[in-house]
Amino acid sequence: MTAAFTAAAFFALWCRAMSAALAATPSSAPDEPLLAVHGLACARGGRRVLSDVGFTLGPGELILITGPNGSGKTSLLRCIAGLLAPDAGTVAGPARARGQTLHVGHADPVKPHLTVLENLRFWAALGAGGGRPPEEAADAMGLAARLDVPARILSAGQRRRLSLARLLLSPALVWLLDEPANALDTDGVARLAAIVADHRARGGAVIVATHGPLPFPDARPLVLGHGAVAC
Amino acid sequence: MLKPALALFRRDLLLAWRQRGGAVPVLGAFVLMVVLFPLALGPDPALLARIAPGIIWVAALLATTITLDHIFASDHADGTLDLLVESPAPLAMHALAKAAAHWLVSGLPMVLLSPLLALMLNLPGHVYGTLMAGLLLGTPTLTLIGTVGGALILGARRGGLLLVLLVVPLYVPVLIFGAGAADAALNGLDAAPGLMFLGALLLVGLALCPLGAAAALRAALT
Amino acid sequence: MTSDADMPELRAQRPVSLANPTRFFRVANRLLPWLGAATAVLFAVGLYLSLIASPPDYQQSETVRIAYVHVPAAWMALFVYVLMAVASAVGLIWRHQLALMAARAAAPAGLVFTALCLATGSLWGAPMWGTWWEWDARMTSVLVLLFFYLGYVALIDAFDDPARGQLSASILCLVGAVNVPIVKFSVDWFHTLHQGATVFRLDGPTMHASMLAPMLVMAAAFTLLFFVVLLWRMRGLRARARIAAAAATAAAEGA
Repeated sequence: MTAAFTAAAFFALWCRAMSAALAATPSSAPDEPLLAVHGLACARGGRRVLSDVGFTLGPGELILITGPNGSGKTSLLRCIAGLLAPDAGTVAGPARARGQTLHVGHADPVKPHLTVLENLRFWAALGAGGGRPPEEAADAMGLAARLDVPARILSAGQRRRLSLARLLLSPALVWLLDEPANALDTDGVARLAAIVADHRARGGAVIVATHGPLPFPDARPLVLGHGAVAC
Repeated sequence: MLKPALALFRRDLLLAWRQRGGAVPVLGAFVLMVVLFPLALGPDPALLARIAPGIIWVAALLATTITLDHIFASDHADGTLDLLVESPAPLAMHALAKAAAHWLVSGLPMVLLSPLLALMLNLPGHVYGTLMAGLLLGTPTLTLIGTVGGALILGARRGGLLLVLLVVPLYVPVLIFGAGAADAALNGLDAAPGLMFLGALLLVGLALCPLGAAAALRAALT
Repeated sequence: MTSDADMPELRAQRPVSLANPTRFFRVANRLLPWLGAATAVLFAVGLYLSLIASPPDYQQSETVRIAYVHVPAAWMALFVYVLMAVASAVGLIWRHQLALMAARAAAPAGLVFTALCLATGSLWGAPMWGTWWEWDARMTSVLVLLFFYLGYVALIDAFDDPARGQLSASILCLVGAVNVPIVKFSVDWFHTLHQGATVFRLDGPTMHASMLAPMLVMAAAFTLLFFVVLLWRMRGLRARARIAAAAATAAAEGA
């Protein structure tokens, strides 16, 4: 009886997670926003870090999130990516469909004992496919000459480039970038700017969280702090 | 739906091979624990033969717990866990893939090594089959339960120690039926009921543990 | 863990039920003194009945009186675990903070009941069976239950983020629920030294009324005691969560 109850509880949890993932289906109206965030609130460690955040994101747009340390930039991106359940509010739109947002956090999910190419191939296989080939992605981030090098001998900046190359492996509509330029040199930042511009030109959209200056002159700013936020 | 989980399975095997860190410590601990018993109890062949199934099972159980905290730890630390959650395959599938890779690297070598240890403990030849069959059915269950524990303690203080406290109580049925089956064979009794119970536990573990591990992994992300 | 002030959406969903934390604690605060008094009365009556008014057993003589503590403690050990498992499931599925808090508050009480059950069982076993401990199915499964309680209590406090510890411990609690039927039915499934059920049976209790009465009064006293402890600890946990939240907010505003 209890075993069945346990099973049912896990099943219910699983169904909840699955239905949340599958509920949002992409709609193809061209002028509709890719993402509509409304009244988003989130607490971490007993403290409310986000409250009443709302904005919409259309094709080709870039939102630059800034704010002091602890203002909830990372939490906001993780909520949009579906990695964190918000305490209140909604995130809706075609970009909410599984595989349509791609989140690059501050950690580099790079395995030191795999080569650059093996890391990229693994990431490509984890997704649903439909992106660019791993070799092309590495080339775009300036890693073409290091495809067969074990990732453990890469520098921090090169590992960051490798993480960012993951963006090109999937056809996701919306990129969510958390401090993408950390450890990047000027060439790395320029390549980042180039792939972001290319993604936007194809109708994709980008949300970047940063506290440093980034070369995105036409970005819409979203400043997080205390109280309600909209843009 | 299966492709991402298969990719994870292959990657884990490749990493285990490249790092040589998977099987060696587990097997070393397994052998060492068994070796300690004759040293502590004296080399009486009749005594050792009588308690050999229990010793081998306890050693296999404790050796399994050694690497459990590493199943998800590096993927949690470097953010790969986020990728698994975002992947189109259900998280439970990924947990199953990780369990399968972990068992191939740590559980299966112990099963293969068990006849050697049985020989050192003077176990009669007719028990070998039951012992190995029991370990073959039981060690995957130990790994499956361990994935739940390994996911629960991600980011905990003194997680490795805590993990032992969490999973060993859940290992009790596997130990009772596994060692019991080998003991029955040793005493000329029917070992089939014990082995069937082990098979049943494995099926229940296959059905429930990946779901539990997935729920625990989601909790680890918050 | 969020305090009730941080959960407006919960209040909006269930405006009149006890699932609302503010309402729950208002009722709990009003209830606690009465519950405490009733517990004290029941314990006084129960201890009088079991230690003085009830007859010695014809086989077990005076040692049977251990049963009036041992059996209710054993019932509570299982009851508290089932309650924790249900609360954990509710808390995990509906993200209900109050249910998770109830499970957390119940755990140390369940741990103590289980330890008390094992200790009194051992004291009873020594004169009756001639052994302090027997590796039979019931004792072993209750010992395993004790380790689940220990694991829950250790896991819930092992994280810097209290909400994370709460989630992980709740999942552990559900996993450990598989042990509950083993404890309950071990005396029926396996022929062991431990005696079978004598109170909760399909054909009615097989125990004489002079022994059943003190047993039931003590069981009621133990149950009430548990709820007093539960509400008391939930109040304390809420206060702790509020202090932590206030400290975190102050730290963030100071930064």
